[in-house]
Order: sequence, then structure tokens, then C-alpha cells
Amino acid sequence: MSGWQKDPVLSVEHLTMRFGGLTAVDDVSFEAGRHDITALIGPNGAGKTTVFNCITGFYKPTEGMITLTHPNGSSFYLERLDDHDINARARVARTFQNIRLFKGMTVLENLMVAQHETLNRASGLTVGALLGLGGYRAAERKAIEFAREWLRRAGLISRADTVAGALSYGDQRRLEIARAMCTRPLLLCLDEPAAGLNARESEGLNELLYSIRKQDDIAILLIEHDMSVVMRISDHVVVLDYGKKIADGTADAVRNDPRVIAAYLGVPEKELAKVGREVGL
Amino acid sequence: MLPPAQSFSHRLKSALFNATVSALVAFLLFCLILGLRTVDTVYGLTLRPRPLLLAVAVGIVFVGRLALELFWWNRSWSVPTPAWAKWPGEGLKGLGDATAQYGGIALIVAAALFPIVALAIEKSLHLGLPLRYLFDLSIVVLTYVMLASGLNIVVGLAGLLDLGYVAFYAVGAYSFALLATNFGWGFWMCLPFAGLFAALWGCTVGLPVLRLRGDYLAIVTLAFAEIVRIVLLNWTEVTNGPNGISGIPDPTLFGIAFAPRGDVTFSSFFGIRYEPLQGIVFLYYVILALAVLTVLVTLRLRRLPIGRAWEAMREDEIACRSLGINTTVTKLSAFSIGAMFGGFAGAFFATRQGFISPESFTFIESATILAIVVLGGLGSQLGVALASIALIGGFEALRHTQGLAIIFGPNFDPALYRMLLFGLAMVIIMLWRPRGIVSSRTPSLLLEPQRGVMPAKELRA
Repeated sequence: MSGWQKDPVLSVEHLTMRFGGLTAVDDVSFEAGRHDITALIGPNGAGKTTVFNCITGFYKPTEGMITLTHPNGSSFYLERLDDHDINARARVARTFQNIRLFKGMTVLENLMVAQHETLNRASGLTVGALLGLGGYRAAERKAIEFAREWLRRAGLISRADTVAGALSYGDQRRLEIARAMCTRPLLLCLDEPAAGLNARESEGLNELLYSIRKQDDIAILLIEHDMSVVMRISDHVVVLDYGKKIADGTADAVRNDPRVIAAYLGVPEKELAKVGREVGL
Repeated sequence: MLPPAQSFSHRLKSALFNATVSALVAFLLFCLILGLRTVDTVYGLTLRPRPLLLAVAVGIVFVGRLALELFWWNRSWSVPTPAWAKWPGEGLKGLGDATAQYGGIALIVAAALFPIVALAIEKSLHLGLPLRYLFDLSIVVLTYVMLASGLNIVVGLAGLLDLGYVAFYAVGAYSFALLATNFGWGFWMCLPFAGLFAALWGCTVGLPVLRLRGDYLAIVTLAFAEIVRIVLLNWTEVTNGPNGISGIPDPTLFGIAFAPRGDVTFSSFFGIRYEPLQGIVFLYYVILALAVLTVLVTLRLRRLPIGRAWEAMREDEIACRSLGINTTVTKLSAFSIGAMFGGFAGAFFATRQGFISPESFTFIESATILAIVVLGGLGSQLGVALASIALIGGFEALRHTQGLAIIFGPNFDPALYRMLLFGLAMVIIMLWRPRGIVSSRTPSLLLEPQRGVMPAKELRA
């Protein structure tokens, strides 16, 4: 029994997603450990983002069960929750492959929107705060402090009052992660966080991910193409190909799995040994 | 477009060709429209040809096209942007914030003092100012400020294009009118109900259309507004159909009426001489208070989580859902709060007019309100107030442009051309300030308020 199976925060069982006649995800099962960074990898079109969208509620899976377990033992069946409840109640946060910030709003406002649920409750569903009742002011101050903390960690504190759309690409990526973290998740799903970043920005991103892992002790599930990143930071790698899971294990185990190499190099399994020798594996 | 290096004769040749084609098209278009006129003679309807008019029209097209080709489209100079089109608010710079804040306060103070000052001037100098007309016009302008502020929540903040805002206005007006005429309730008692019913109607419209966005939402809201109007028109037993509802009571000041009917009136209570203007000035202050309330509530809502959620929803709905925001509830709240203010404005409209009929709630009203919001700048309260003054007041002012008679001769009636001038003015404003009069967005909060918003331009450099 591997580490991530002892205390999984997320367990995906027999997940299948069909779009008409196309089966994008075919009977995929895996678990993500509570303290792990789990990477979901695979060639283009393998169904990684579809799995993500099923987990975060943007698609309703055709079949299968997705369970999220909180440390106190309560569990949520994500396939039954609305997408906003998956964040608000089950506490799963996500980022997007093509960054989705509130571009016209300032960086700080982006982080405040992420704390909407808490703030909205503190505002007495708007009515209380509108009439000047209750502890909305204190709640807002606390939310600003929380946002400030994340701005500092994401290295964006000097940009707090800038319009988010004016940030550089790397800053936008980090802001999106900080925004997701402001919802205080238990599971953070990152869809290709390093895509399009240069070496320096990529380094900044890795630092942020490390710090999240070290300080916040939450599970991270990420889709990534950059193998160097995946192999360096992930504890557990799940490999998909054509919607099916073909490998599941530690980074080292997956790296040497012939089927993974075949999927990435695009050669049939019987010729694998020959190709492997040629490329020096 | 031809490069300037090409010889003039070559340009002339192609320009002549294009002008001829245009003239031909114009001839085909106009030969029946302008070229023939039906005349009622003793023999019945006959056609009278008008070759001269046709020739003039085609000639104008020919010469115009030729001139455009030769001198305008290839010009090396550009049309200068006038100074008024450049004032702050264009970029994301925080310069507009303080201006907007002080401008708003100044506007409110000016509006509050306006009747007093106008009355004082008239009383002391006897200029013969058309006070009644001025106050009536100001009341209409303020009604539109209120309506546009309400719509601004839906369109400007939440980004939901609503072409049927007049439905809420109608629901508010009819709620008040029916409650007042059937149960004898007064204006102040009905006002909350008018808002409530309009908000409920907002939810009713909102629920089925929440899945729609952009153009589709606009079409459905337009349809809902038409449904409201047609129901009002045909449900004769309740709404009295096209005949409308009359005898709607005026608002009272703590139970004291202004009209010289009944025992206690405003003039008798305070022991002053009755003047019809008193009631109008009171109406002015009622709508001013309502409009200011709407603007202040909207400004406050923007700084609350719900307002930020509205704006976030306008920016990216999917990201909102990923952050745990229930977009259904958020959209409904925007719809119903916007509708509520529309309902208040409707109740005021009913009490001011004393008579309402479905004719007051046609699509053109929705379009005017939307035009104010777009012209003022989506999401800007100050912009909406300025645009209301410009659009409603300016539209009215075009009635009195006697100066144009100097150019067009003594028979020129400006009232006939005001739609044309109005359209021209809109086009010009949209050309130079495409994002509205106040196009900057004030952040709802700042980490370091003393520093202001960081300009985006410097960052990119």
C-alpha cells in the first residue's frame, strides 16, 4: 500500500466522461494523498483537463465517483455538488490552463473576491453591512490581512493596487494561485501552472508551490507538461493516455515504466526495447 | 486606400469610376423613393415624376463620393481630438477618483440648492423664469438618474445586458397605482411595495434567463418587457387597459397634502399663501432624495462583497464559480436590486403624473435608460448622472435652439430636428469617448489608499 492510499484527500473511482461518442476519460481511478503533490501527466489529448473539470465540477462525469475527505472524516461526493459548492463546501480550489483572472479589477480585489463566502456571511448577506450593523468591518480587515499575507508570499505585495490585467504573465500565474489559496482549500488543483513561463518565472512558481506545501500542508494536484518540474516536485504521478490510466506511482517508478515511455514517444510496446536502447534508457 | 505616391490622374480615374458606381446605386435606390410622388387628384391617386429632385440626390452622391475619394480618405492630416474628449478618466490612472468624488458631492449640493436659488432669484429680480418648466424638467432628469443608477447595477456592475428595464419601472408604477386607487393607500406606504413587487418580478425574469448571456439575455429581457406591456394593455379588468389608471394621489409631507383640497394643506398648516410651485418643489426633493439614496446605496454595494462579486462575474463567470461564488444567487441579486430601484422610480413616476397607461412603458424608455448608462460609462455613478443631464436635459434644450434659425432661415423649427441632432451628438460622443463620459473604474478598496491606483502604463514600460 502506497503512502497516498493510507490517507487520501481525494479518491477518484471509475471515472468515465463521454462527450457524445467520444470517451475522453475511460474508467480512471486514482488517489491523491493528503500531504502530497500529485501530478497528472500524459500526452496532449489524454484527458487530463477533463479529469480536472470533473473533479472541480465544471463537468458532470458520465460514470464514477469522486470523494473528497476532510481531516475530520466528513466526506463529499464531488460529482453530486454544484461547482461553486465544490469550492465553498468541499474546499477544492483550482486554477485554469488559460489564466482566468478578473482582469479589470486590482490584484487585491481579486484576492478579496476569493474570500467572498466568508465576507458575504460577515456582511449579514449584504443587508447588515448596508445598514452598518455587525462585524463586517473587522471581517474585511481580517480578509485584507489574509490577502496581504498571500500577496507577500506570491511576491506581488508591491503590485497590490494594480489592475490584474496589467501584470506580467508570470505574475498573473502566481496571482491566480494566490487567489485560489485565499479560498482556504484542502486540495489545490493546478492546470499547467508552468505553461508559458520563462526559466526565471518558473523558478518563482516552484518556490511558491514549495512554500504552499511546506507551510500550508494541503494536497496539490497538478497537470504539467514540463517533465523536469513534475519529476522534481511531485510525490506521486498518475499517467493518462487516450483517457485511460496507464501508470500510477512515484516519480521514479513512472519514469521507468515502459508504457509511459511508449505513450510519450509514441511507439508500440513491442518495439519499445529497441527504441529505448536507441534513446539511451 | 491608394498610396500617396500615385499620380493624381490615376487617382482621379479610379475616383470617377467609384463615384459613377455610387451614383448608379443611388439612382436605383432613389428612382422610386424620390423620383415618383403619389398625388391625390380628382381622378384618384396619380404619380407625378420629380426628375429634378432625383437628379439633385444622385448628383450629391456623385460629388460627395468624388470629394471623399480625392480629399478625405487620402488626407495626410488627422482630425484633432477636442480638449473635452481628453479629460481624465480615459486610462486606469487614479486621477479620476478624487475628481469623481468631489464632482459627485458638488452635483448633489447643486441639485439640493437649485430650487431655492431659482426661487430666490425669481422672487427678487422678477425675471419671469419658466420655473415650473425648469422644475418639471429637473424632476424628469432626476427620475432618469435613478432609473439609470438602477440599471447600472445590472448592466454596468453585473454585466448582464438588460433591454427590458422598463418592465420594472412599469411594475412599480402599476403596483402603486393599483394599491392607491383600490385600497386608498398613500405614496409612502406603497413605495416599499412598489420596490418589492418590482424586485419579485426581477427574480421572476431572472430565474429562467440565468443560463443565458450577452445577446441572448438581451433578447429575452426585451421580450419580458413586451410581455409586461402587453399584459398591462390587455388585462382590462385590472389595469383598465389602454385607458390607463387615473386619480393617483400625490405624495404628502407627513400626511399634509400640497394641493388646496381637504382640510389641512401645506399652505394652511404653515400659514403661508398657496402656490402651485410648492407641490412641484416638494416632488423635486422627493425624487432628489430617492435618486441620491439609489446612488449612495449603489456606491456602498460596490464596496461590499456582493458588489465585488457582481464585478467579478462581469469579468469572468467561470472563475467566479471556481472561487465558490454562487453565480445564480449573485445574478438574481443584481437583477432584483436593480429592479427594486426601477420599481421605486416607477412609483414616483405614477405619483407625479397622476395618470399612467401602458404607453409610458415602451421599448424606447428602456433604450433611453440604457443609452444613459452606456454614455455615462458602465459602472460609473457620476457618469450616469452627467449622462442623464446631457441626454434628457440636452434633448429638451434642443427644443429651444433658436440660434439655428439664423442659419436655416426663420421657418426652421428646431423641435422637428432634435432627434437628428440628438443622434449626431451621440455619434460624436461615442467616437471620441467610446467607453463613456467617465470610463475609469475606481477600485472598491486599496491596500495603500494614500498611494492610489498604480498606473498600468508605467508597469508595462
